[in-house]
Amino acid sequence: MSKASATDANVATAPVERQLDWLHTMLQIRFFEDECHRMFAQGLVRGSTHLCQGQEAVVVGACGAVSTVDKMLCTYRGHGAVIAKGAPLDRAFAEILGKADGLCGGKGGSMHLTDMTVGAVGSFAIVGGHLPIALGVALESQYNDRQEVTLCFFGDGSTNIGAFHEALNMASVWKLPVIFVCENNLYGEYSPLGTTTPIERLSTRAEAYGMPGLTIDGNDVEGVWRTVSEYAARARAGDGPVLIEALTYRQKGHSRSDPAKYRPSGELEAWLERDPITLLEAKLERLGVDRGRLDDMRSAAEHEVLDALERARSWDDPSPEQLEEDVYA
Amino acid sequence: MSTVTFREALIRAMADALEEDERVFLFGEDVAAAGGSFKLTEGLLERFGPKRVRDTPISEQAIIGTAIGAAVMGLRPLAEIMFADFAAVCFDGIANEIPKYRYMTGGQVSMPITIRMCNGAGGGFGAQHSQSVENWFLNVPGLKLVVPATPADAYGLLRSAIRDPDPVLFFEHKALFNLKGELPDVPELVALGRAEVVRHGEHVTLVATQMMRHRALEAAEELAAAGVDAEVIDPRTLVPLDLETIAASVDRTGRLVVVQECPNSGSWGATLVARLVGERLEHFDAPPMLVGAVDTPIPYSGALEELWLPSVPRIVEQVKRTVSY
Repeated sequence: MSKASATDANVATAPVERQLDWLHTMLQIRFFEDECHRMFAQGLVRGSTHLCQGQEAVVVGACGAVSTVDKMLCTYRGHGAVIAKGAPLDRAFAEILGKADGLCGGKGGSMHLTDMTVGAVGSFAIVGGHLPIALGVALESQYNDRQEVTLCFFGDGSTNIGAFHEALNMASVWKLPVIFVCENNLYGEYSPLGTTTPIERLSTRAEAYGMPGLTIDGNDVEGVWRTVSEYAARARAGDGPVLIEALTYRQKGHSRSDPAKYRPSGELEAWLERDPITLLEAKLERLGVDRGRLDDMRSAAEHEVLDALERARSWDDPSPEQLEEDVYA
Repeated sequence: MSTVTFREALIRAMADALEEDERVFLFGEDVAAAGGSFKLTEGLLERFGPKRVRDTPISEQAIIGTAIGAAVMGLRPLAEIMFADFAAVCFDGIANEIPKYRYMTGGQVSMPITIRMCNGAGGGFGAQHSQSVENWFLNVPGLKLVVPATPADAYGLLRSAIRDPDPVLFFEHKALFNLKGELPDVPELVALGRAEVVRHGEHVTLVATQMMRHRALEAAEELAAAGVDAEVIDPRTLVPLDLETIAASVDRTGRLVVVQECPNSGSWGATLVARLVGERLEHFDAPPMLVGAVDTPIPYSGALEELWLPSVPRIVEQVKRTVSY
């Protein structure tokens, strides 16, 4: 059952410098997504895109709680997760632009950012389809006796697909070191959670699989970090998976064609008040960080993103012979 | 050299693969403690232990997902999906994830997965436990499809599949499990993508896999008595397909009959015919023909199931028509 605040009393707070690192990454993700939004609006990139403005604290806090050798799987709304795991901004942009030096050689695109060198094992575009895959990734570390964990991000909508049930059940039976992180942003595509799901707290589903389940504030990066750290240690010790429901909010629509007019009035505004970046900046100020330093960091992050984009845009498209490469070994 | 059954050859191939490579592990529903619902994995748990040979819940999506994740990280998963019809339950994994993963990541990962499954009609298992579903996967580039017909091929192809860096769907025909054949003491691996000319002949080329290979051979013997000399080729793998061997045969005989245990619509035989006709129409002396099943689900009743399956008399009849065209 949910025990959201059980950890608060006895875990140390993160050092300020560490929190500043998180802020930096969250700002990079925010600017990265804003640029993607702009490029799609201008027709500079193809297909669809699914942005994560407002959800940065979940992926940054969770990835900050594990190391590079730990593995991470995420969804098609995965730019933030892949950047949080350490993928370079320019190659991530280049992938979205379909360039030869994109993370996936331009063959994956926005929904499939992958960087094996930093443990970003995949971004998956079939809702819930990657939950079973996380089992195999985690099994490999268990099989080879390395105490690594696998982070698996997914949305609230994924908890209604059959693969969710199969994956959580078998992960628990095999005590696999998977940290299932549900980014509950209140909407499955265009549908509010309440119209598709008969319960409010998705973490209670964990009970059916004999694993711990908790609901936490997904806009509090330190809280996410603290919870994931605790359950990662538990998983490394061989005690199996956990389901963490991180409450957050998708500030944009589902995809580029969605203006999100179905949102009740006032909802977005209320969540903007709780924007994870604003919350973290306010907290750091309370901890004595100078406002000027925060402004400098914001400006630096923006420049890093714009520079990365400029580099990526100058790179080449794939060559025709690459069409038939990478189907078979 | 010893005489073994198809089942024994499979068990030996899995045992040798598990012995050879620590990265190989076998898992699926009832493959460990029970030794497999068709006893195809008997004794492997006792020999290799529960880390290497694992029972799973009845969760095909979890089985295939586990195979994918483990393969991405460098293991060599050997998964069993009991009946091939159940591949539909985990179609996303097999059709969307496995064959596209390497491509979508620009070659960052390999998929050394082998998925074993039982196909094949003739046993009265009804429509949902009998189908030869290889055709479902023909239109999904990135997979390899293996269809052995003899104990030696079952052994040699399974070993090659497990060693292969790409994903392989390995189909085991239920009607062949007790078929006996020779297996050397040190059996050879059979490369994927090499057809076998099972019988040499001059008048017509018969192409068939698994149970149909045996029926085609039987038909060829009957035809020989009637003065028709048929060549029989078993492709052994549908992807990659050894088009070269088949084309060379057709160039010589000028006539082609494909025998397949499936409806002809959307089938591997139809694809083969389209390619050969497109590339070498001038070599054909008669229209290439498919002997397959009618477009119905597989019926339960023995009387109907035998009608559904291509029979030796139907093959003989079609070959006679083709030869006299």
